[in-house]
Amino acid sequence: MSTVVRDDYLEKLIESWKSEVLPVHSVSWLDQLRSNAASRIEALGLPTTRDEEWRFTDISPLKRTFFPRASVIPQLAVSDLVHHALDEATCRVVFVDGQYVPELSDVADDGTVTITKLSRPADEHAATVMRYLGRLASFQDDVFVALNTAFMHDGVGIVISADTTMAAPIHVLFVTSQEAVTTYPRCLLIAEAGAKVTVVEEYVTLQKAAYLTNAVMEIHIADSAHVSHIRLQRESPQAFHIANGTASVAQAARYQSVSLTLGAQISRYSQHVMLAGEDAECTVDGLTLISDKQLADTHTFIDHVRPHSRSHQLHKCIVDGNAHGVFNGKIMVRPNAQLTDSKQLSRNLLLSDKARVDTKPQLEIFADDVKCAHGATVGQLDKEALFYLQSRGLDDIAARNLLTYAFGGEVIDRIPIASLRQQLEGYVLAKTRIS
Amino acid sequence: MIDANSKTLLEVCNLHATVNGTEILRGVDITIKSGEIHAIMGLNGSGKSTFAKVLAGHPAYEITQGTVFFNGQDLSGLAPEERARAGVFLAFQYPIEIPGVANDQFLRLAYNTVQSQRGKEELDPLEFDDFVREKMKLLKMNPDFLDRSVNEGFSGGEKKRNEILQMALLEPQLAILDETDSGLDIDALKIVANGVNQLANKDNSIILVTHYQRLLDHIVPDYVHVMEAGRIIKTSGKELALALETHGYEWIHADDHAAGVRS
Repeated sequence: MSTVVRDDYLEKLIESWKSEVLPVHSVSWLDQLRSNAASRIEALGLPTTRDEEWRFTDISPLKRTFFPRASVIPQLAVSDLVHHALDEATCRVVFVDGQYVPELSDVADDGTVTITKLSRPADEHAATVMRYLGRLASFQDDVFVALNTAFMHDGVGIVISADTTMAAPIHVLFVTSQEAVTTYPRCLLIAEAGAKVTVVEEYVTLQKAAYLTNAVMEIHIADSAHVSHIRLQRESPQAFHIANGTASVAQAARYQSVSLTLGAQISRYSQHVMLAGEDAECTVDGLTLISDKQLADTHTFIDHVRPHSRSHQLHKCIVDGNAHGVFNGKIMVRPNAQLTDSKQLSRNLLLSDKARVDTKPQLEIFADDVKCAHGATVGQLDKEALFYLQSRGLDDIAARNLLTYAFGGEVIDRIPIASLRQQLEGYVLAKTRIS
Repeated sequence: MIDANSKTLLEVCNLHATVNGTEILRGVDITIKSGEIHAIMGLNGSGKSTFAKVLAGHPAYEITQGTVFFNGQDLSGLAPEERARAGVFLAFQYPIEIPGVANDQFLRLAYNTVQSQRGKEELDPLEFDDFVREKMKLLKMNPDFLDRSVNEGFSGGEKKRNEILQMALLEPQLAILDETDSGLDIDALKIVANGVNQLANKDNSIILVTHYQRLLDHIVPDYVHVMEAGRIIKTSGKELALALETHGYEWIHADDHAAGVRS
């Protein structure tokens, strides 16, 4: 039965790709890339729960209705997005229904950052875009990356110039305004050697109905550059969100990532961090806060390729109602990656009897002189901590609220943007508060 | 200090308590008046820490027999937070780490909760900041500990100081210090003991639960009790602690045998 459904859906996707009127690109290599990706779709097929990597994440509800690509983009005003503004950001890149809208975006023109369309990259960045686009997130092995690449009409390249520091964060906002559509947003961020930047990648919606976001974000961090990457998934409660994020971290470069998963009925975030250079470092933190019947799956893969690299990961799920959280954290230490220092911790809090979490740390170590630690916990609030707070005068409910808030707060505290921390702390409080 | 005219704060009669069905306390009797400092000593497993937790209302322990009155009020029916608000304070042997909650936020919440229950004025964050910094001086604590998560990454000594800081803020009538000396080096021990001594007054009382005499060099008790197998088997003045230090706990029984076996 499921095979038939899968083929049906896939066929519609392929037909719809073939029937698309390709935009006339000034660069044919992009069309070539799209075709190459499209040719992989059929062979890859859509995953089922029989695939090990999708064992806990049943996407059949997504396949029941076919959402065509959003082809007509409604005109939005800046005022429509006022609730989604990030105060600290001076540089805003806005996508509506998967497409970059320069009129809603706002780019600081101080020479530190260039925003360029992937279809028409500025001359000085054309070679860079060609070099990295589609090379970091590979469409060979992942059907959703292949689909995103095939349906990519355009996207944005963000290049931070070498040895510059962006004091204010870049806000990349992906807005879905229409229902029953699929969007394929695509973004490539390059931090040139020695550059420092904070980027906020945020998915929001203006309505509450179902749609599908299939997003790909590629990040290249050149030697000694430093990228802080905050990812906020706040899709509608009915939405499907499937995303791939890839970061390659070069020599002595640093990548800090904090991802929050809050929205969507079914979501999957596959994050791949390649510590490609010596002395590269990453922190990969995540918080999933879900309730009702939400399913949220986070798959991370941290790949230690060269010696002396460090990775620290803290992933937390707070699961309420009938929701289901999934975490699969793979860490690979390649034969060359001696003196790797890697720590991974998965902590999960179940707030109801019907909430469920599946967590799976996965270490594959092929070097002998390394330090790797990992751990996973799933449970209710710590009874000793509750007693500690009660012994200081807090009643049971206040103590529970504080501990739940703190559980999420530990990840939120790592976001380097004050207004965002404050807003998200308020969100966690409101979402988990019992009274 | 012992004053015959002081009022009785805590009165425990024939207290029995179990954890997971196992009886740990088997008939504890103790009376504590305001102004007094009591030390409870004993070997591991004698029931000292259980007694401390039962007084604070730890939910894992069940009182099966006997009574506990605090200021004339039956404690056994009160939730832990109600006991705290009534003036009972337990300094934990192993203070709990709470990542994600800033220490100052926790301290202010506890302080304001207890203040409002006592019909006293609550403090806003700025007022509280001044107030708590002053109290921290008592324990020579670095103000940086306000910004950190509760007890997270604190050394053993820092955790114990943070406990006494909470005692200083909440001003309990009865403070139970459960092995506050464990894990402290001698300098930290002196600082903590000095803090406790400054907080002791004629209206409150303190129970020191400890293995060792060394804490009692710095906080001098009015009474020393020895606990064994869930009961207080001997009570005397501060000299008892010294005798225990010299002769060991077995000595109590040698004494019993010499004097003829008591039941």
